[in-house]
Amino acid sequence: MTRYTTATDADREAMLAAVGVGSIRDLLAEQIPAALLRDEPLDLPEGLSEQEAYVHLRDLASANVSAEDEVTFLGAGMYDHYVPALVDMLLGRSEFLTPYTPYQPEVSQGGLQVMFEYQTAISELTALPVSNASVYEGPSAVGAAAYLAKLHNGRERIVVSAGLHPHTLQTLRTLAVGYGSEIVEVPLRDGATDPDAWAAAIDERTSAVIVQQPNFLGAVEDVAPLAAAAKERAGDKVVVVGAYDPIPLGIIAPPGDVGVDVAVGEGQTLGNRLDFGGPSFGFFAARDAFIRRMPGRIAGETRDVDGRRGWVLTLQTREQHIRREKATSNICTSQALNALAGVAYLGWLGRDGLPELAELLVQRTQYALRTLTAIDGVELLHDRPVVREFALRLPGVDVPALVEYVQDRGTNPGLPLVRTHPDEHADGLLVAITEQRTKEQIDRLAELVAEGLQAQRTTTGGDDADRKAGA
Amino acid sequence: MSATVDTAIDGGALIPAAGGADPRPLAAPTTSVNPIQRDHATTIFEKSVEGRRAFVAPPSGVPEVDLDDAIPAGLRRGTPARLPQVTEGELVRHYVRISRRNFDLDTGFYPLGSCTMKHNPRLHERVTALPGHARLHPFQAPERAQGALELMWGMERQLSEVSGLPHVCLQPSAGSHGELAGVLLARAYHESRGETRTKVLTPDTAHGTNPATVTMAGLEVVKVATNADGGVDLDDLRAKADDDTALLMLTNPNTLGIFDPNIEEITAIVHGVGGVLYYDGANLNAIMGITRPGDMGFDIVHFNLHKSFTQPHGGGGPGSGPIAVSDRIAPFLPLPVIRRLNGGSATDTGDPTRNRPPVRFALVEDADALPDGAPGSRSIGKLRGFQGNYGCFVRSYSYITSLGASGLRDASEIAVLNANYLLAKLHELGVSEHLPLAFGTRCMHEFVLSGGPMKRDLGLKTLDLAKRLLDHGFHPPTVYFPLLVDEALLVEPVETETKETLDAFALVIAEILREGAEDPTIAQNAPYTTPVRRLDEAGAAKRPVIRQPLD
Repeated sequence: MTRYTTATDADREAMLAAVGVGSIRDLLAEQIPAALLRDEPLDLPEGLSEQEAYVHLRDLASANVSAEDEVTFLGAGMYDHYVPALVDMLLGRSEFLTPYTPYQPEVSQGGLQVMFEYQTAISELTALPVSNASVYEGPSAVGAAAYLAKLHNGRERIVVSAGLHPHTLQTLRTLAVGYGSEIVEVPLRDGATDPDAWAAAIDERTSAVIVQQPNFLGAVEDVAPLAAAAKERAGDKVVVVGAYDPIPLGIIAPPGDVGVDVAVGEGQTLGNRLDFGGPSFGFFAARDAFIRRMPGRIAGETRDVDGRRGWVLTLQTREQHIRREKATSNICTSQALNALAGVAYLGWLGRDGLPELAELLVQRTQYALRTLTAIDGVELLHDRPVVREFALRLPGVDVPALVEYVQDRGTNPGLPLVRTHPDEHADGLLVAITEQRTKEQIDRLAELVAEGLQAQRTTTGGDDADRKAGA
Repeated sequence: MSATVDTAIDGGALIPAAGGADPRPLAAPTTSVNPIQRDHATTIFEKSVEGRRAFVAPPSGVPEVDLDDAIPAGLRRGTPARLPQVTEGELVRHYVRISRRNFDLDTGFYPLGSCTMKHNPRLHERVTALPGHARLHPFQAPERAQGALELMWGMERQLSEVSGLPHVCLQPSAGSHGELAGVLLARAYHESRGETRTKVLTPDTAHGTNPATVTMAGLEVVKVATNADGGVDLDDLRAKADDDTALLMLTNPNTLGIFDPNIEEITAIVHGVGGVLYYDGANLNAIMGITRPGDMGFDIVHFNLHKSFTQPHGGGGPGSGPIAVSDRIAPFLPLPVIRRLNGGSATDTGDPTRNRPPVRFALVEDADALPDGAPGSRSIGKLRGFQGNYGCFVRSYSYITSLGASGLRDASEIAVLNANYLLAKLHELGVSEHLPLAFGTRCMHEFVLSGGPMKRDLGLKTLDLAKRLLDHGFHPPTVYFPLLVDEALLVEPVETETKETLDAFALVIAEILREGAEDPTIAQNAPYTTPVRRLDEAGAAKRPVIRQPLD
């Protein structure tokens, strides 16, 4: 007996007698071919008591350098925004944490109402009328949008901006093999999608066009002309997909206002932890025309037999458990609890709070951008408008070594772009600002960057020598 | 147990009987008695009042610029999103109040077949919330995320041992995502051999995600029939397996709770035509430590961490769907790959003064950086952002580490014992007359009853039985699945439920049938006591209202 299984010796005896077998092994041997039924134990260590397991998991946590241990300017898809305490409390409630997908609506009204409110919040955020109840995360949400486009128009060419998050591009390439689709990548010019190359890449074979807002390098794209060009070149059937970061939507034009048909994105910043990349959620919103092609769960309002307002999972004939091989997606379990964090967070920010937060981010980002580029040897990678993330160039600098120098002193300066774009941006650094990053922290970052650059200049042989000195 | 007091058993209220006889379920109400029903359901948007707020922004603290200089007006939002305007107190009360309109696993028995609703140990919530895990940025330099990489590497080894397959990728986000990975892997494997195979064999008992996945992966579903014993029809399989077969997707034990006695022959037939074998791990909770998909001959397995490995289901996720694969599939695994470093780096003791622990694991994003033939060296690519649902890994790793080898086997053994005991108990109570076992006489960790006789003899549909169970405080089993069983009821009692709870559940099923024989309209109109009663689902689909109107 372990601490989670319930059967005592007496229970086992009584239950086996009721079943009419002598032992559990006999019960298994009646059903499993002898050659496959193991008697030797798995090659795993024996179990741990709760307190031993806690210590082990705590030690593993301690071997990580988290945003609790350093001041982090890392972003690039996930951001160290503050998660309000009420989110922790709600997500810890048994009633939200432990049910399955709401297959019995009479006893799942809490979860279904949360989905309905979440759909409303996402619809408001994106200015698009239809939202589902969540998909896995940002990059696979883009993949799901491309699949919707394929079902919608049967075309097999997907035109994407090079400003997509590299993980999004890679995910799309993986999935496109299954869809039988071809990916055409349009380069950036001065940090944003090149409108001429974009238009030239689109024709009547184009199924979907996909742009990210703000793009991976932090630039706010001018989406409206890109969307218009797509419709002009590929006709009404083409699906314009926007991959949006939700917090900047407090200040920049929502997808529904600029010609986007399907808006998707990474929901981590809405009340979810970093969690080394997941679980978070992906959002998926669209124009009315796509309501019956949406992937995933959708909650809909209805009435019970006594006339009470209630909610059910609706439009289920789209889904795998009904439509099987003709389903609009294979998704089943998605990210309901993370979406609850999302809607609770948006409720916490409220109508006025979201734009206030976005403006705060713009102000601090402008300050950081000015402060850092005032350092000799640091320049902007592009001078497009930005909200809370910007890309720097440090010509001739060993950026990973600089990052290590700064990080060794308690500040994580951001993502060295050599990790994602080794050919184009080996000297790039992507810096993200959240409301948790103060002026003092930004000043300290600038100090450390200046110091690190100085150290690289004065050390013969650059980073190697420096690293040895540090180690 | 006192003979005079009503006893509530995780949902069912029982009246104990004298002399060792089974207690009798307390009669369930037939009128509305739930005070929550008086709550008029209002959304947070309807509670919004101009001027209220929960969030107060900190001062920017920096010299400010004109917004127009930062972002031109033409790119900016005209009107704010109409999010609610409420205080924190209102938010808390709103969501706590509506949470009480949910049934949950912590409150009662949840025998939802194929979903493995086992207890979610609270240790896992505590350790997952440690900042070293919860606030770890996914782009943190791998040298400074060694604890996470060690945990993931350790979990890969654990899942490898449980499945009997050498290589593991944790990345997929849920079972269906793992399936998609698996089908794309099989496709890549065949293509690497210069073969274009298009057919995917799936039994007609398969989860809907199997056929839906096949279509998304650009292949074609071929259904394989089920034989009279509830297993794969071997003749049909032989007839359909050929050199165009890319893979077979199978759940074993299948969704009837039956371990296919011909499994070795099934895998031999598919391997014989050069096909790949995919194991849908939805029912892995039946076999942990008892038998292994790799030993059965499978090439690819997905795990549902939110089923077998206690990731709380969250009302519809998050889940996590890692996959394990054989040597021949491994080169195609998704990226990134975690590698344990040997030799020189093992001597790296780190530098605590620089916030840097020793480096023992690497996160490899680039297929070209991997030795030829190594896992991921001919990768199909990424399936999602970053490394996967790490928070779920922490919980499931904590679970497997807590249980160890014997604990995992014990969990599966008791899951099988509980299912067979519940089946025997239902039989003893005469339930099988109306709800016979659909196939066979025994089961693994779950079983399927057919409500056909109940519908014919009592006029009660499986749906009616399910709704009446709600009045007794139990979550119903999975209903109308698998599709090949008339009025199916798929029951999975799991190992963390007590014998007392199973007894109470069996008694309640018997009671509902007895009540139905007297007056079927009671169950036909159930439930009565839930926050809302039967809902108009057809109307909801016909005129979809899927967001709060705010105009």
